[in-house]
Amino acid sequence: MNRINKKLQESKKILSIYFSAGYPNLNDTVQIIQDLEKNGVDMIEIGLPFSDPLADGPTIQESSTQALHNGMNSQVLFNQLKDIRKTVSIPLIIMGYFNPMLQYGIENFCKKCSEIGIDGLIIPDLPVDVFADEYKTTFEKYGLKNIFLITPQTSVERIHFIDGVSDGFIYMVSSASVTGSQTGFGSVQEEYFKRIADMNLKNPQVIGFGISDKQTFTQATQFAKGAIIGSAFIKDLTTNGIGRIDAFVKALK
Amino acid sequence: MSYNVNEKGYYGEFGGAFIPEMLYPNVEELRQNYLKITAEPEFQAEFEELLKEYVGRPTPLYFAKRLSEEYNTKIYLKREDLCHTGAHKINNTIGQILLAKRLGKTRIIAETGAGQHGVATATVCALMGLECIVYMGEVDIKRQAPNVARMKMLGAEVRPAMSGSKTLKDATNEAIRDWINNPVDTYYIIGSVVGPHPYPDMVARFQSVISKEIKEQLLEKEGRENPDYVIACVGGGSNAAGTYYHFLDDKDVHIIAVEAAGLGVDSGESAATSALGKVGVIHGSKTLLMQSLDGQITEPYSISAGLDYPGVGPMHANLFKTGRAQFISITDEQAMEWGIKLSQKEGLIPAIESAHAFAVLDEMKFKPDDVVVINLSGRGDKDLNTYIDYFKL
Repeated sequence: MNRINKKLQESKKILSIYFSAGYPNLNDTVQIIQDLEKNGVDMIEIGLPFSDPLADGPTIQESSTQALHNGMNSQVLFNQLKDIRKTVSIPLIIMGYFNPMLQYGIENFCKKCSEIGIDGLIIPDLPVDVFADEYKTTFEKYGLKNIFLITPQTSVERIHFIDGVSDGFIYMVSSASVTGSQTGFGSVQEEYFKRIADMNLKNPQVIGFGISDKQTFTQATQFAKGAIIGSAFIKDLTTNGIGRIDAFVKALK
Repeated sequence: MSYNVNEKGYYGEFGGAFIPEMLYPNVEELRQNYLKITAEPEFQAEFEELLKEYVGRPTPLYFAKRLSEEYNTKIYLKREDLCHTGAHKINNTIGQILLAKRLGKTRIIAETGAGQHGVATATVCALMGLECIVYMGEVDIKRQAPNVARMKMLGAEVRPAMSGSKTLKDATNEAIRDWINNPVDTYYIIGSVVGPHPYPDMVARFQSVISKEIKEQLLEKEGRENPDYVIACVGGGSNAAGTYYHFLDDKDVHIIAVEAAGLGVDSGESAATSALGKVGVIHGSKTLLMQSLDGQITEPYSISAGLDYPGVGPMHANLFKTGRAQFISITDEQAMEWGIKLSQKEGLIPAIESAHAFAVLDEMKFKPDDVVVINLSGRGDKDLNTYIDYFKL
């Protein structure tokens, strides 16, 4: 069974962390992944940097730009991760924009992910209908889950469509925003979280965008199976480097 | 084979809507409504009235006698430089603001490079009394101070795009992020035939008035609707899309697309997307795109701020791929020389973008009875500082 499905069957709430590969330094990627697992993180999204990240706020944009400047790209990332499964067993997902994957070749990209032991991909600018028509069989051939987003504006009909195409989890964007722009959740978000929870979807939901600390993590996981922290972790890396990952994760628990 | 968009939003293999889910409701709302609303008689009447009374259409199709004599062929200029605000851009912003109003939107956002689309958007927002925010790269804000001042006078807020290379593509990214953050009340007026479907088709339709008028005017002047050649410069490609639109499926009309070669196609400082680009995804559209081997979008260069976009509209990518249009790249130097030449030969100071299109006259041989239509897409007032610096005027 795919590690994502297996992890989401556990009874606990899932803490997932996003970071930009190659940031703060090019060769920090593996160390960050190992430290996150060691400190009890359940799942990791490894950000493949892109020059024009449309859905990201300044924090992730800046880390992407720095990572690219450091020399990160698809091939470098695959080389860094080639032995990752010797030391890390939690689900690993690559999150990145479509164009770098398209240039690598979608089939090649999927094949490489599968060889390394990557469990799934999140590609914010690959629409679900294009995926279903053109790439779904390739992903399945290599045992990769493709994770789709929903937002507070996504219609009920479309949520059901996305639920049908998905296998793994649904990435619930907490509010209409780019990454890293929210501070805390109000009643509007809670109503949305509850509305989705009450739909009894086939796939569990993991909430992202706007989760930055223990309070927002607890709020989100009251309604969803898990939550994803991205910008707040990157800010911590920017301030403290990679030596304080234990403290960052502990403060969330 | 049609060269127009298909029902799924593609021109051949190019186009589509490669957008984050956060934008899906906005883009879908537009996709479902743009044809319906723009077909309403009341919409068309208002659009045509504004084009006539406010923009100043139809723009003349001017027979350039002295140029025609020199090149021994019949050269007509479509005078988009006479449009209000100085270029064709306003044809599109008029159309989109009327659409935005009918969709009940109250807040307008736009991206701009040189500032022409920003000014055209700020103008129609003032006309309609709507809030207007224009994203512009920090670098461009410094380079294009007069247009920034125009937008401010018109009541728009100009927000600097501080990310990436701080130019047009980054301004577009920031506008898209704004739309993600404000999905309900905000309408995004894109300035070219780029972006996710339905934008390329919608903008092409609003600009298609250019070729509609060319047909009518040529019939009057030459006794035939179709010229032998239509020539336009292509950055994102909105003036070109409008110039070609009603000729796309008329194979007797040769379509010439002129890209900016910058310092030379192979110089590393160029914006010749058809020559240097590969298939990729930018701003929600699959198209030809200047990029690194690993798929990072690269920064193009042209002396003309309106042509330095790293992609090209999907319609044009398809015209290139299928061979329907001939693509020619023209250097800064050739274009600048034509800035002077057109000024002194016809008394018309062209925008540097438009000057690129004229340089085709030196690159191709035309027959004496050929009818050649060149779109003079904008006037050169905005480029005076560049001309002054370049020629030490």
